[in-house]
Amino acid sequence: MSHAVAAHRPRVAVRVRLAWTVAVFGTIAFLACLLAPLVGSTPIHLSTVFDRSLSYADNIDAQIFWVARLPRVLAAALVGSSLALAGVVFQALLRNPLASPDTLGVSAGASLGAMIAITFNLDFSLFGVTAVPVASFIGSFGALGIVYGLSAARRRGTSTIVLLLGGVTVQALLSAIIAFVQYLADFTQTFRNVRWLMGSLDVASYPPLLAALIPMGISWIGFATLPRVLDLISIGHESAAARGVDVDRFERVALVSASLATGAAVALAGPVSFVGLIVPHLVRLLVGADHRLVLPASALFGAAFLIGCDLVARTIIAPLELPVGIITAIIGGPVFLWLLLRRS
Amino acid sequence: MLKATDVSFSYGGRHGARRVIDRVSFEVERGTIVGLLGPNGSGKTTLVRILAGMLHPDSGHVVLDGASVMEMSRRDLARRVALVPQETHTTFDFSVIDMVLMGRYPHLGPFELERPADLDIARDALDATGTADLESRSFRTLSGGEKQRVVIAAALAQASDLLLLDEPTTALDVGYQFEIATLLKRLNAAHGTTMIVSTHDLNLAASLCERVVLLKSGCVVAHGVTAETLTAENIRLLYNVEADVQFHARAGHLTVVPLGRA
Repeated sequence: MSHAVAAHRPRVAVRVRLAWTVAVFGTIAFLACLLAPLVGSTPIHLSTVFDRSLSYADNIDAQIFWVARLPRVLAAALVGSSLALAGVVFQALLRNPLASPDTLGVSAGASLGAMIAITFNLDFSLFGVTAVPVASFIGSFGALGIVYGLSAARRRGTSTIVLLLGGVTVQALLSAIIAFVQYLADFTQTFRNVRWLMGSLDVASYPPLLAALIPMGISWIGFATLPRVLDLISIGHESAAARGVDVDRFERVALVSASLATGAAVALAGPVSFVGLIVPHLVRLLVGADHRLVLPASALFGAAFLIGCDLVARTIIAPLELPVGIITAIIGGPVFLWLLLRRS
Repeated sequence: MLKATDVSFSYGGRHGARRVIDRVSFEVERGTIVGLLGPNGSGKTTLVRILAGMLHPDSGHVVLDGASVMEMSRRDLARRVALVPQETHTTFDFSVIDMVLMGRYPHLGPFELERPADLDIARDALDATGTADLESRSFRTLSGGEKQRVVIAAALAQASDLLLLDEPTTALDVGYQFEIATLLKRLNAAHGTTMIVSTHDLNLAASLCERVVLLKSGCVVAHGVTAETLTAENIRLLYNVEADVQFHARAGHLTVVPLGRA
C-alpha cells in the first residue's frame, strides 16, 4: 500500500529545480548589483542613471553609479561568489561541514604575500594591478603548492583527516610567518597590514576586477565539472570511485579551482572571513544537499550576501567606511552559532 | 564471468614490505553468490577493492567477461561492477531518492542531468529492496538496516552485472542481518544478480553463498561449493577455532557453532 503511494508521488525533476534555483538566486544577485550602488553619501536615482536624454558628461548620477560605486559592488559580487564556491568545494572535498576557504591555508598564503609586499615596500604592477594584490595572489599559489603536496601524500594511502590536519598546520605555520613579517614592519606599514587583514572592498576602478576575472574564470570552468562529483565524494572516496568517479583527478581539479578562486578573492579584498563558511550552509538550508543546485546557488547568493554586507559596512557609520570583513564576521558569527545549535 | 588469476598486491607497490594478497586465483560464475571468508587482516577488503578496480594488483589479472578490469575506465567498470561498503556516512543531508539516483552516475554524461527513465530505474531499485516508502526521507535519519538497504538500492540503480558487498551485515543487529540476507537471496533469485560477499559471519555465508573462497594471510586456502568447503577442518585452519558444523534441517543450510580455540 505505502509502496504504491510512494511510487506515484511526483518528484520535481532536477532540471526544473535547477532552473528555478538559478532564476531566483540570479534575480537576487542582479537586483543587489543594480540597487546597492544607489545607496551612499550622495543619494542617486536609478531612473536618472539610465536616463537616455542626458549626456554622460552631464549625468552626475550615472557617473557616480558607473565610476564611483559599481566597481566596488562588482568586487563584492566576485569576492562573495568566489569565497562561497570555494567553501562549498572544500566542505565536500574534506567531507567536513566546518571547512572553509581558510581551512587549508590558501588564504593565509595570500595574506602572507600581501604582508611581504606591504612590509618590504614592494613597488611594481602587473596588468594594471599593484604590488600588494599581485604578491597576495602569488602567496596563495605557494600555499596551494603545499596543499597539493599534501593531497598527493594522501593518495599514497593516508586519509582525508590527514589532509585536513595538514592544512590546519600549514595555516598555523603561515600565520606565524605573517606575525614575523609584521614584527619587521614599521608603524605606517603595520597600520596598512592590519587594515589589509580586516578585508576591505575599497576597489575604485575596473582593471583590478578584470585581472581578478582571469583566475576566477579558470576556477569557474573547474567548478562547472564538479557538482555531481562533489555529491559522490561527500559520501566517501571509496563509494565515489565505485560509482565511476576518477577521484584523484577530480580532487586535483577541485583543489586547484577552489584555491584559485580563494587566492583571487583574497588578493582583491583581503581575507574576508565567514562568507565561505556560512553561505554554503545557508544555501543548503534553502535548496538541499544536491551540489548541482548548491554550487550555482552559492555563487549567486554569496555575491548578494557580500554586496549586502558591504552596503552595511559603508553606510552604518557614514561617512566612515568600515572594512567589510568586520561586518561579515559580526553577521556571520551569530548566524553560524545559531546553525550549530540548530544542528545539535 | 569474473576470473582472478595469480593476483598479488602489496601496499606501497611491488616491493612493498607486506604482501597483502598473494597469488590469489578463483572464478565466479554468472548468477551465483560467492562468499569471501577469512580472519581479520586476511586481505578480504583489499581483494574486494582489487576486484572493483580501485587498487591495481602488482601482478596477475582480473578478467570480467573477457575484458581486463585494469584496462577499463572507471566509468566502464562502474557500469559492470557495483560496490556496497560496510557502512555509509554522509556529510550532507541527502534524501533516500538522492542517494539512489547517485547510482546513475556512470550512465550519465559529464553535464547530463537525470531523465525520467533514470528516476524509474531508481524507484525500481527502491521497490526491489523494500524501501519505496522511504523515498523522501532523509538518509541520515534511517536505521542501520534501512541505510544498508538503500545503499544496496543505489548499487542496483547502477545496473551493473556484478555486486560486490564488503561485510554488508557487520554493523547490523541480528534482525537486520537476516533482513539483508533475505534481500540478497531474493535479488539473486529474481534478477540473477551475481554477488561476491565478504563476511565474518559463517552462518550468513552458509545460508547465502553457493560457493565460498577461504582467504588466510592473502592466500586462498580453499575454495569450492559451500557444503564441501565450509568444514570444521577448514574453520580450524582459518580462524584457529574448534567448531561444530552441522546441517540444520529447519534452517536448510549448514550451521557453524564455534566451541573454543583450537
